[in-house]
Amino acid sequence: MSTIRTEKNLQNITTAHPDGIGGSPLRPDGILKVRGEFAYSSDMWHENMLWGMALRSPHAHARILSVDISEAVKHPGVEAVMTHEDIPGAKYYGLEIKDQPALAMGKIRYHGEAIAIVAADHPETARRALAKIKVEYEILPTITTEEQCLDPETYGYVHEPDEYKGHASGNVVHSQKLISGLGVTDEVRALADVVIKGDYVVGMQDQAFLGPESGLAVPAEDGGVDLYIATQWLHVDREQIAPVLGLPENKVRLTLAGVGGAFGGREDLSMQIHACLLAQRTGKPVKIVYSREESFFGHVHRHPAKLTYEHGATRDGKLVYCDARIVLDGGAYASASPAVVGNAASLGMGPYEVPNVNMLAVALYSNNPSCGAMRGFGAVQACFAYEAQMDKLAAELGMDPVELRQINAVEQGSIMPTGQEIDAPAPVADLLRRVKALPLPQELDTTHLDVRDIPGALSNTSHGEGIVRGVGYAVGIKNVGFSEGFDDYSTARVRLEVIGGEPVAMVHTAMAEVGQGGVTVHGQIARTELGVEQVTIHPANTEVGSAGSTSASRQTYMTGGAVKLACEAVRNELVALGRKRYGWDYNDLSLVGGKVVSASAGVLVPIADLLGDTAIDLTREHHHRPTVPFDKETGQGFGHVQYTFCAHRAVVDVDVELGLVKVVELAAAQDVGKALNPLSVVGQIQGGSTQGLGLAVMEEIVVKDGKVRNPSFTDYLIPTILDTPPMPVEVLELADEHAPYGLRGVGEAPTLSSTPAVVAAIRAATGLALNRVPVRPEHLTGTGE
Amino acid sequence: MEFLRPATWDEALAAKAEHPSALPISGGTDVMVELNFDRHRPSALLDLNRISELTAWESGRYEGQEGEVIRLGAAVPYTRITRELSAELPGLALAGNTVGSPQIRNRGSVGGNLGGASPAGDAHPALLAAGRDVLVEAESVRGTRLIPIDEFYVGVKRNSLEPDELIRAVRIPVADGPQQFSKIGTRNAMVIAVCAFGIALHPKNGTVGTGIGSAAPTPRRAVEAEEFIAGELAERGLWQSGGLIGPAAIQRFGELVAAAASPIDDVRGTAAYRRHALAVMARRTLTWTWNEYTQSLRSAA
Ligand SMILES: Cc1cc2nc3c(=O)[nH]c(=O)nc-3n(C[C@H](O)[C@H](O)[C@H](O)COP(=O)(O)OP(=O)(O)OC[C@H]3O[C@@H](n4cnc5c(N)ncnc54)[C@H](O)[C@@H]3O)c2cc1C
Repeated sequence: MSTIRTEKNLQNITTAHPDGIGGSPLRPDGILKVRGEFAYSSDMWHENMLWGMALRSPHAHARILSVDISEAVKHPGVEAVMTHEDIPGAKYYGLEIKDQPALAMGKIRYHGEAIAIVAADHPETARRALAKIKVEYEILPTITTEEQCLDPETYGYVHEPDEYKGHASGNVVHSQKLISGLGVTDEVRALADVVIKGDYVVGMQDQAFLGPESGLAVPAEDGGVDLYIATQWLHVDREQIAPVLGLPENKVRLTLAGVGGAFGGREDLSMQIHACLLAQRTGKPVKIVYSREESFFGHVHRHPAKLTYEHGATRDGKLVYCDARIVLDGGAYASASPAVVGNAASLGMGPYEVPNVNMLAVALYSNNPSCGAMRGFGAVQACFAYEAQMDKLAAELGMDPVELRQINAVEQGSIMPTGQEIDAPAPVADLLRRVKALPLPQELDTTHLDVRDIPGALSNTSHGEGIVRGVGYAVGIKNVGFSEGFDDYSTARVRLEVIGGEPVAMVHTAMAEVGQGGVTVHGQIARTELGVEQVTIHPANTEVGSAGSTSASRQTYMTGGAVKLACEAVRNELVALGRKRYGWDYNDLSLVGGKVVSASAGVLVPIADLLGDTAIDLTREHHHRPTVPFDKETGQGFGHVQYTFCAHRAVVDVDVELGLVKVVELAAAQDVGKALNPLSVVGQIQGGSTQGLGLAVMEEIVVKDGKVRNPSFTDYLIPTILDTPPMPVEVLELADEHAPYGLRGVGEAPTLSSTPAVVAAIRAATGLALNRVPVRPEHLTGTGE
Repeated sequence: MEFLRPATWDEALAAKAEHPSALPISGGTDVMVELNFDRHRPSALLDLNRISELTAWESGRYEGQEGEVIRLGAAVPYTRITRELSAELPGLALAGNTVGSPQIRNRGSVGGNLGGASPAGDAHPALLAAGRDVLVEAESVRGTRLIPIDEFYVGVKRNSLEPDELIRAVRIPVADGPQQFSKIGTRNAMVIAVCAFGIALHPKNGTVGTGIGSAAPTPRRAVEAEEFIAGELAERGLWQSGGLIGPAAIQRFGELVAAAASPIDDVRGTAAYRRHALAVMARRTLTWTWNEYTQSLRSAA
């Protein structure tokens, strides 16, 4: 087969250093990335390669009356034009509910939905061919507001009722009730001395990863296809792709290409099926790379939400009840909506003991962009609301907001509203104490101003005028791993052999490295467990079993756990070899510094000598402890694998006249169980905090009547370095005995509390209620929505 | 697409005369985005990067302009304006310093800003404020035309260049008083103006120049505000005394600036916010410039 120019990341990366777990070795892909040499999925190239491109709907809701591809087919250089009629297999796919057509069939349900695809010899040719496809639409009124969605008799259905058995009914994708204690009745309400109510809105955030959706599909001689792809979960991609191609799964082979960020946005398919269809049709390799604008239409976003909360508490600050309703806009297709609903409902009380709860979370179908996975999903939206409630309650009671939270904080042994006991450390009160105890940043010195340090920065809007400082706190709770009865396992293959006289461990998994540093951690685990220095990370592909998704803060826990199991199995086999050869009967053996060592008898033999020509090559699966689905009516059940907690203190300066915000400092404290790589852990916490900051003050996809108004980095703003403050991080390591090494998933928790902490600080500076994120200058100056 | 690369200015003018629809490209920070986003498919690109005089500036005296003037080559990048001309053109230097990121400031130019004539271009408010005698030097094979800055912006992203004309330079009088520039963006760097405001005090002729950005179809001057404040300063003898302008006049100035705008609601901000922010920026920048002026009076005394 001809070469694919992807060498820099698809090849094995071998690194040698002594650091096992607990150290902070540099990432094997780090230098390549910093130097700009790393091959991302969009950099791939293949001889005879064609370029694929999709025609997308300019309307959010329409009937397709006709599609005429005749002119496009004739365009010189075009090798294939396909519509849904040309799909050889299943026409629908989906992560949890197969409700999304691979190419639109008869109806358009969101702005940007793909209708036809083209393969041509040059991207410009493909673009011109797309322009020649004639589509006749009958534009339909959009169903976009909660009111419209919930009244299908008047406004219509996004999908026909009961089209998706067991889930959809009308425009509700999924709903989850939760009742605990006595629920919320008049009698329960009567037990409260104070009642706090609030309505909150969370805007539509985007993952805004920098590497656009892209991949290369290469047709294979056996009639199958090899897909090189930037994704979060190779095996679940394959599960969705193969039926559409009409192929058995073993004929669809996936290899991970360089991933330029993910944050949940690559959990759903984007161009995968299209590239494979075109490769199958043309018999040639097909590459698809989205433009930045197309990327905004090519992946799901964070669910915008409306949240209604009512808390009752006693005069001394103990929570009595919470009545809450969370409405999530799922957009046109289901994506991960059911899981988002599950998280919102089960984590929607926050890390607090609330004796009586009545909660309803729903996700709706609409003609807005589809929403699905994004860092912290379900829990992020809820955290903004319940933390705002805590501040309001503290103000009402005249209490310190941190103290109020500490009084109600869960701890190990607490029972969640789902009835699940928290059976691992839950140091919520301590995390709050820690962020509060950190020294505050210096006051703004208006006599020696550097404009970069104040709101507006180089835009030169203030020389000290109008600036007020505020401090805010928040804490959140997130689940780790896939919940609600899902057997979310990971597979790892580890091979130990002698190369050039040295023992080398190879780790082979299907884990998607999306930037989280899994490849670094796998090397560390192999070094710790096998006592070797040299570790080779095999390219991630579907030759090995599933590693599950790089999401839900789960990869170190799950695939890291699988690597540990596989290493242990390899170690046992190596030791068995020694017992057989040397008749050892020690039971205090370990592998250290390339040698088999007995605690009592010292060094026994170098691993290389013991192994000789033998290669030990073993594969293991790691399953977490089982969970169960939440009861449909009561939300009760042991639904989550693990909980994780993070607290933030935000310090902001607000130009209260202009409504401009500068976050001065964003401190975090998080319990990570065990920091396998302390540097990566801090990086995750700072990155998550920054993404939460973005949601607090700038990041929003603006949608009007189903149309996306800002599909570009000109108008979808993400924090720059001048928006990103110093972020001191306190890392706690309280082991969770159920997890490998006692570790706790890290990636998502910091995204939760950062948003409400920043907004709390802005409230403190301005005295405004601020019930919506992102907070815009308009909200701070009373000049519009 | 044709790619024309004239080696000299005369060749460039000839090429433009021959291909009036050719799109000039200087720093390319607007042009390349337009091409990449597929918003524009010009028949030809006219690359000006080989013409060295476009990246030079000189100072001198010119007909029709009072005092010393900076003749700023169309392609001098913002980075150099801020570094080399902060004393002579303080308003433009401040404005240039708010453009994009360091990379964009290394390439982007005032000629390009004028060529695009976007209402959100940051050079425009500073140029308007610098005075009515700021002149855009437009050239063609037919000759040179000096376009007063007030006649340059004619519509949304439209300027008064003829199809065969190129911008050679901008002639900007050296500041005779303090100048300021402020811009609103919804983040702290790398942001297109939600609205912007430039101000320049001209003690020599007793006028005050202003410029409003991103709050009307074109960059524009707040004429009434200029006249009002110049009147106040003159009537109350403040230019000479260096006394306080006082809150009432400053407030009024802000209101008049806001009133001069005709902003719209869009994804970047509401019309109401734009008006509000313009008033605040106008008050603050007037105060800053006036403080600087009075200090200079005192230290001269
Ligand atoms: C990331 C990014 C951030 C930005 N941020 C800002 C910002 O904050 N503020 C701002 O104002 N702008 C911003 N811009 C826009 C751009 O940088 C400026 O408008 C800049 O001044 C353009 O200068 P240039 O030399 O790159 O122009 P080019 O892109 O080369 O040209 C721009 C236009 O001017 C025409 N043109 C160029 N030279 C001449 C000439 N000599 N005669 C006639 N016409 C000519 C071109 O044909 C084109 O229409 C940003 C752009 C990017 C990509």
